[in-house]
Amino acid sequence: MKFLLGALVLVGFAAAAPLFVHLEYFYFAGFVVLQFIVLATAWNILGGFAGYVNFGTGAFFAVGAYSAVALYKAVQLPLGLQILAGAAAAGLLGFLVGLLTLRLRGIFFSIATIAITIILETVVMNWHYVGGAKGLPILRPTEMPLYFTNYTQWLFLVMTIIAVLAVAMARYIQVGWIGRGLRAIRDNEGAAECSGVPTLKLKLAAASISGALMGAAGAPFAQYLSFIEPSSAFSLNYAVNALAMPIIGGTAHWIGPVLGAILLGTVQQVVTVTISSEMNVLVVGVMLVVFVVGAPEGILGLWKRYVLKKGTP
Amino acid sequence: MPHVAHPAFLVLGAYATYALVGLGMDPLLAGLLLMPVFFAFGIAVYQFYYLTFERRGTDLGVRGIAFFFGIAFIVQVGLILVFGVDQRMVEASYIGTSIEVFGDVRIPQRMIVAFGVALALTITLALYLSRTFTGRAIKAVAQDEGALRLMGADPVRIKRWAFGIATGTCALAGALLIIVGPVDPNLDRLYIGRTFCVVVLAGMGSMSGTLVAGLILGVAESLVLASVGTAWAPAVAFGILLAVLGVRPAGLFGR
Repeated sequence: MKFLLGALVLVGFAAAAPLFVHLEYFYFAGFVVLQFIVLATAWNILGGFAGYVNFGTGAFFAVGAYSAVALYKAVQLPLGLQILAGAAAAGLLGFLVGLLTLRLRGIFFSIATIAITIILETVVMNWHYVGGAKGLPILRPTEMPLYFTNYTQWLFLVMTIIAVLAVAMARYIQVGWIGRGLRAIRDNEGAAECSGVPTLKLKLAAASISGALMGAAGAPFAQYLSFIEPSSAFSLNYAVNALAMPIIGGTAHWIGPVLGAILLGTVQQVVTVTISSEMNVLVVGVMLVVFVVGAPEGILGLWKRYVLKKGTP
Repeated sequence: MPHVAHPAFLVLGAYATYALVGLGMDPLLAGLLLMPVFFAFGIAVYQFYYLTFERRGTDLGVRGIAFFFGIAFIVQVGLILVFGVDQRMVEASYIGTSIEVFGDVRIPQRMIVAFGVALALTITLALYLSRTFTGRAIKAVAQDEGALRLMGADPVRIKRWAFGIATGTCALAGALLIIVGPVDPNLDRLYIGRTFCVVVLAGMGSMSGTLVAGLILGVAESLVLASVGTAWAPAVAFGILLAVLGVRPAGLFGR
């Protein structure tokens, strides 16, 4: 109930924001942070709950983005359907990669996700319909939806809704039987299998849902930049951020990736503006290592230990 | 150990060679001189990993991978910050010349040098792993740590040693890399694919298999390069990797 209320307030704020926030940069930065909330939350469903590390967030993100672009170019598909199509395509990709490698335990899934990223990037580079390696400029629709006067503000609202849905999904999975099954897989897959947890089915479901959410986050990307090209859509930064944010925030709870994304996303925006964009990438790497070494349970773990005083040894 | 930073160390080796060549050193000599430095570096990295993760038992699952991924990322970005994103190459007497084999067939000399050194390195490593006591212990620790402990050997020491050797090898391999062609900081992502492709195709732990698998991958990449076009070459290693994972995860020579 509290969650529903919070979600409604957030969406309401995003919908009403154009009335009182006129600073264009707010929407640009906000969009990026929200996008990272979706990516981090999606990553956490498989990586945090089940313990299977996805290095290919960029691939799922770009599949969403390019599905949207291809359909937009072909039939001028409206944004809502673009997002659904992107989510479906990326979800299917998650399912297929999972089918190929999730039967194997350990690091194979992670390696396969890197492989998928490179293969798909190569395919897109050679796919001239969506611009190939040169990229493709996107003309945004000329008429504005609803009462909006600025398309970026509209995209901000759309991304808020996607983020709220993603977090709600993660929360639903966490508290329900799927989450229990995934945690069992993470802690001891053999034991889980022996006690009748349908491990492969659960892993496939998690991989598909996680992929679909990443695709949904990617779908509005081209509209947001008015341009798309492979090396930014497939950027390693998405993979690193989507992995670093949940780990920094805390992987055990749905709020962890959200905290991590807000913290890291904001820090990155500040560093990019004040220092340089290379520095911002370095900050992510260093923070990731510092947290993994110093605070393995993330911000949530620190909170538990120092504020609630429930000791982890 | 989920050591995904290995290719990053390889690129680091290439850049360290580049820096030494800038001081007027031969790239091969630079690679050899860097080996002990990298060996020590590898031991330090493992020691850190052991103290912060393995000893506390938190290396399982996501964190170990995340740690190495973070290290790889820092290396990559560090190289970009220091050297820039441009491609770098080195010069030496055997780079840029070629030898006539017969008729019109010419082989660039740098390729022969790189091939010879790489072959020697692989054979040395294979002999080391199969003939010496420590080498066998390294193979054993991969199979069963507990059993090794019962035999009175310290698995941590063995693993540290193995990690040092692997990282030391990166120095010479990096030197070869920059002898063969230009290097840029983003190369490690491609080499993650190549490394794992060769290892998985060979079958984990098979040294002779890696030679065959490396050969297969090299030929496959060259064929694609020549027939389909350069743009598709990066996908070859990963395509093979995915195919092997899907069809025969044990690899060609795996048990």
